[in-house]
Order: sequence, then structure tokens, then C-alpha cells
Amino acid sequence: MKRVKHFRIYRFNPEQDERPYLKDYVVELAEGEQKLLQALVRIKEQDDSLAFRRSCREGVCGSDAMNINGKNGLACLTDVDSLSEPIVLRPLPGLPVVRDLIVDMTPFFHQYLSIMPYLINEEPPPERERPQSPAEREVLDGLYECILCGCCSTSCPSFWWNPDKFVGPAGLLAAYRFIADSRDQATNERLDRLNDPYRLFRCHTIMNCVAVCPKQLNPTAAIGRIKELMVARLA
Amino acid sequence: MVKRSVVGAHYGVRDWLIQRVTAAYMALYTVAFAFATLTLPALSYESWRGLFSGRGMQLATFLFFAALCYHAWIGMRDIWMDYVKPLGVRLLLHAVTVLLLVGYLAWVARVLWRL
Repeated sequence: MKRVKHFRIYRFNPEQDERPYLKDYVVELAEGEQKLLQALVRIKEQDDSLAFRRSCREGVCGSDAMNINGKNGLACLTDVDSLSEPIVLRPLPGLPVVRDLIVDMTPFFHQYLSIMPYLINEEPPPERERPQSPAEREVLDGLYECILCGCCSTSCPSFWWNPDKFVGPAGLLAAYRFIADSRDQATNERLDRLNDPYRLFRCHTIMNCVAVCPKQLNPTAAIGRIKELMVARLA
Repeated sequence: MVKRSVVGAHYGVRDWLIQRVTAAYMALYTVAFAFATLTLPALSYESWRGLFSGRGMQLATFLFFAALCYHAWIGMRDIWMDYVKPLGVRLLLHAVTVLLLVGYLAWVARVLWRL
């Protein structure tokens, strides 16, 4: 069944516009066009000056993260019929806007890199691989699935306020992913690098990150585990 | 490019833990204090004074205010860190906060042990 949807979309082209504004769009969606991303593609057919990121269109690449009716999410995973109208789309909050719905993710990835998102193991690599038991592997469930879309970190007031110093939920989830990994040998160094009033402890457990994660991950729980390990290390 | 990232002040977990321990103590003291006050024979100056003249109550009350001051120090320090960016001004505010809190604690001791 065809239906008409009303949109209000944040527009800003720094080369032309003095300030951002919201522009209204009306779009007709065909049967089978269920996702917000499909509606955005239709809008872009009307107005090709609208800029947004997209790639895999199935919740794997994390490119089309945006603020949808006030809540961060992925356009490709959001049912357009579930949204109240007008559907207000804004760029992810707290990051510099490049243009329209596209933000500069540099602060986000800077924090991600700061947690050393790779295995550290000083032993010579075995011929094939470093094996894990099924139980050791299971520990990583709920940690490794993060697609780095940035929905969580950009919904976190602590990250809005200190994006240069607070690692943010996505980075901390990744930090715990490597701390928990049985093959990693840098646990102490990783904990040292987080033992700081800003980097980890600016998390005040408000759980916005959990509420918005499109992969249903729980960065707050991972942050809690890191704190537990730090306390255990003190004792 | 040489990356010179400065991370890990190494007192995050200590302060986080102290804030939780002091909060737990303040909660316990509040319950005990409420119980002690409500079970006083009469709400009079004499019974109030009697409640605080015991060595145990004096010590517990002093510890309560010490916990409150330390808890407040961590909270206030975080607020200054968030909102005051110029380092000199921030350090000045830190110093003023410490002096005030130590002053309050000395005042509490004076009130408690003057009885």
C-alpha cells in the first residue's frame, strides 16, 4: 500500500548557509519501502542536494546513524511506519556537522584509537592461530558486535561535554572487548590508561547508550566490568 | 607523526571507590541518626545534648561530616574540571574548595567537642 510521509530534515551547507535550518519534505512510499533509509533515498531523488551517509543498508556498516525524532538510530534499521510525523531527522548530536546529516566522526574515532583496539600479545605468533576455548570465546559475545556507528557515544552527555577526554561508551565497550579477550596480554596497561577521572569515570551510568544501541549491546555493563576489574586490582 | 597522548591520571578508580564508600557510610549514618533521634525520650535540648555527648556518637558524626566533605570534594572537583577550562582559575577554585571543606570540618569538630 502506498503512503505519504512528512519529513522535517536538518539542512546545513557551510559553504552556502549562515546557519542550519529545518526543511520540510513530503514523500510517497511504495509498498515494500519500509525503512527510513528507503524514504531518504526517495527524498534524495526529489532534492539531490541533501547529503547523508549510507552503505550496506542492513545495519552492518553503521554509516547511516542519525538522530531520528530525537533518538539516535540507524536509518536502515528503523521502520518508517513506526515513527510519528513529521519525522524529524538531525545529524548525530555532539559532533561537528560537515553537511546536512553528515558529521565529522574524528573525535569519536580518536577515542576509539586511544583504547588500542587490537590484540596485544608479545609471544611469537603460532603457525596457525591463537586458539580460544568455547568458554573464552563466549566472553566476547555482546562486545565484538559493535559496528562503530556512534549512536551511543553521541547520545551520551558526558561525551558531548568532554569528547576530547572521555572515551565514550563505544570506545569503552571496545576497551573491555580487548581486556576480556583471553589472548590479550596488556590488561594492566589497558586498565592504567583508563584509570583517570575523565577517560572512564566520566560515565555516570545514565544508560542512554544502552537505550539507543541498534545492535542491542550494553556498554554500561562493560564499563561496570572495567570498574570491577580496577577495584579487584586494588585489593 | 609522533603521537603524544597523555592518558591515565591514575586516581580515577580511587576517587570513584571513595565516593561510593563515603556514600554508603552517609546512608548508614542517616538511618542510625534518624533512629536515635526518633527514639529520644523527648525532643528537648537536654536529650539532644545527651545524644551527642557520647564518645561513639561524636566520632560517628565527625566521620559522617568527614565523609560528606570528601564526597563533596570529588563532586566539586569534577564540576570545576567540566566547566572551568583555564588551568589557573581552576586550580584556584580547587584550592578554595579544599580550604572551605577543611574549614567546615574543623568547625564540625569544634561544635562536637565543645559540648
